[in-house]
Amino acid sequence: MLLALALAQPTARNADLTVGAGGRFSTITAALAAAKPGDRVLVRAGTYREPTIVVRTERLTLEGEGWPVLDGQGAREVLVIAADDVTVRGIVARNTGVSNLEDRAGIRARSVRNCVIEGNRLRDNLWGIYLQQSADCIVRDNDIEAHGVRQTESGNGIHLWYSPGARVERNHVRGQRDGIYFEFSPHGVTRDNVSERSQRYGLHFMFSDSCRYEHNIFRDNTSGVAVMYSRGVVITANRFERSWGSAAYGLLLKDIMGGEISNNTFDRNSTGLFVEGSSRLDVRGNVFSQNGWAAKVLADADENRFSGNQFTGNAFDVTTNSRSANSTFDGNWWDEYAGYDLNRDGVGDTAFHPVRLFALVVEEHPAALLLLRSPLVSILDAAERVLPVLTPEALVDRHPLMRPPR
Amino acid sequence: MNVVSLVLQAGLRDLSRNRWIVAYTLCFLGIAEGLFWFGGTGPQVLLSLLNLVLLVLPLVALVFGTIHVYASREFVELLLAQPVPRRQLFTGLYLGLALPLAGAFVLGAGIPFAVHAREGASLGGVVALLCAGVGLSLAFAAIATWIALRTDDRLKGIGLALGAWLAATVVYDGLVLGAAAAFGNYPLERPLLALMLANPVDVARVLVLTQLDVSALMGYTGALFERTFGTVLGTGVAAAALIIWCAVPLGLAERRFTRRDF
Repeated sequence: MLLALALAQPTARNADLTVGAGGRFSTITAALAAAKPGDRVLVRAGTYREPTIVVRTERLTLEGEGWPVLDGQGAREVLVIAADDVTVRGIVARNTGVSNLEDRAGIRARSVRNCVIEGNRLRDNLWGIYLQQSADCIVRDNDIEAHGVRQTESGNGIHLWYSPGARVERNHVRGQRDGIYFEFSPHGVTRDNVSERSQRYGLHFMFSDSCRYEHNIFRDNTSGVAVMYSRGVVITANRFERSWGSAAYGLLLKDIMGGEISNNTFDRNSTGLFVEGSSRLDVRGNVFSQNGWAAKVLADADENRFSGNQFTGNAFDVTTNSRSANSTFDGNWWDEYAGYDLNRDGVGDTAFHPVRLFALVVEEHPAALLLLRSPLVSILDAAERVLPVLTPEALVDRHPLMRPPR
Repeated sequence: MNVVSLVLQAGLRDLSRNRWIVAYTLCFLGIAEGLFWFGGTGPQVLLSLLNLVLLVLPLVALVFGTIHVYASREFVELLLAQPVPRRQLFTGLYLGLALPLAGAFVLGAGIPFAVHAREGASLGGVVALLCAGVGLSLAFAAIATWIALRTDDRLKGIGLALGAWLAATVVYDGLVLGAAAAFGNYPLERPLLALMLANPVDVARVLVLTQLDVSALMGYTGALFERTFGTVLGTGVAAAALIIWCAVPLGLAERRFTRRDF
């Protein structure tokens, strides 16, 4: 707060240094060398092919006017922020080229604090925006696109490594390896981003406790979204769409302790939500629609609670790999529920078993999947529901809702 | 061609006066509309109708078809006394059976989806379901015609039709499931896909699956499924197989009809 006030002071900005047409400088590097803390370097439209540009002056603003292009010529990193409180906005950083030896980024923040990277365009870079050991930075309104062909020749769109307290907002990432990547970066907030067509994960985060993810859209990502080895994660009101493949998950949770997965939409994924080795998750108010497997909850995930979710049009609602149930399902709405509600309190009077016999058959004999929606399979499922022999009897919703919540 | 349209007209007139075909249309109309009425969303109604299509359509086409062919026997004999090409007579006979069946289904199932177009059923899914239904009607009408032409004993013919229905809808899938379980250690994608194509009911089901359940099918660990179902190819192959399933029994029935001694 104090910092924001300090930045807002008119005295904080001393001078404008203009680069390009009509300006005093012809290269950004020269302008940066002449800049003092608090100055603004204004870059006019044009293409700038310079050695990697490094900002070493504190409280500096590097601002593009008319989308100046900073070109890495396929040979090097484009822009590095190496001082605190630097703002970069309105530039196009492109073409770092592929390297197997170094992680070239369009814009990199290296061991700084309070950087702001906003409203930039990044095109065909190995890495897009790379925060490296940089705390409390803001990355917002950036548009990042890459056309990498192979995972091994592509980096992440927005990459955070040991960068706590970041805010990643309203960015649009397409075609990178992982759209947004957090590693060892706790207390971050990621909201209103769109991450699509990633070659691997739309969002990938590990070892990043107490992060919030809200109102993001992840779609058409090769492997969906993976969230691993973290505590106290809140994932709310996101959309996970169209992750197709045998190893693609709308949202994969692995070793997540205590978190909230609420009000998200999982639509048309091969597997909507995959929960492995995670515990004490509160999964509520989500919509699972038209997925192959809406929720796969493995037996090593325990004390997770599913309530108030909607399951509609999925091939399989819930599957697990054990007859015992370590997670509870209570008060969800299932489109396959065929019970009644005599006392009209909105809760079905008979329990619902969400694990179908056919789901177990397919688990054992994957090729049998081709018989999905066969009348024979419906008959078998109905028989199993009347007399459960094979399906986990303990995995049951005793208070299935009669109407979808909300 | 004249004869085809003449016989077709006679067949159509005959069928439209037949209360069964009207009831059949109204039945589909009522069920589809009722499913929407009782709060079903588009995709749910599609899935419920799929079950109906897979079970009821073949049954009606087979039983109704054999009865119809037996019933028109005298009409056929009368026409055969005239200088009429047998092939054209047969075409008229078959179309007079198959078109009303398919048309009744398209009207009965299609109208509710057109009325409730805003309730979220994907266009691809609806089209696939209608195509599957039409294909099943045509294929099983052909099979029914063949059965009725092969067997002179009416009771035996209807018995055969019922047997064919049971085999195609339930027994066959049971055998496939058994095979999938018994040979689970072998790579089964290819043989199972082939087995699916060898039964018209399964072909129709897979055709709808390629539109409704791609997400699930793509979850299977197998490149073949991914290549087949992720693209138009899968839908195309299924549609082509359905057409073959109309053509082959029809060809057999036609051969029987042109060669047999009435």
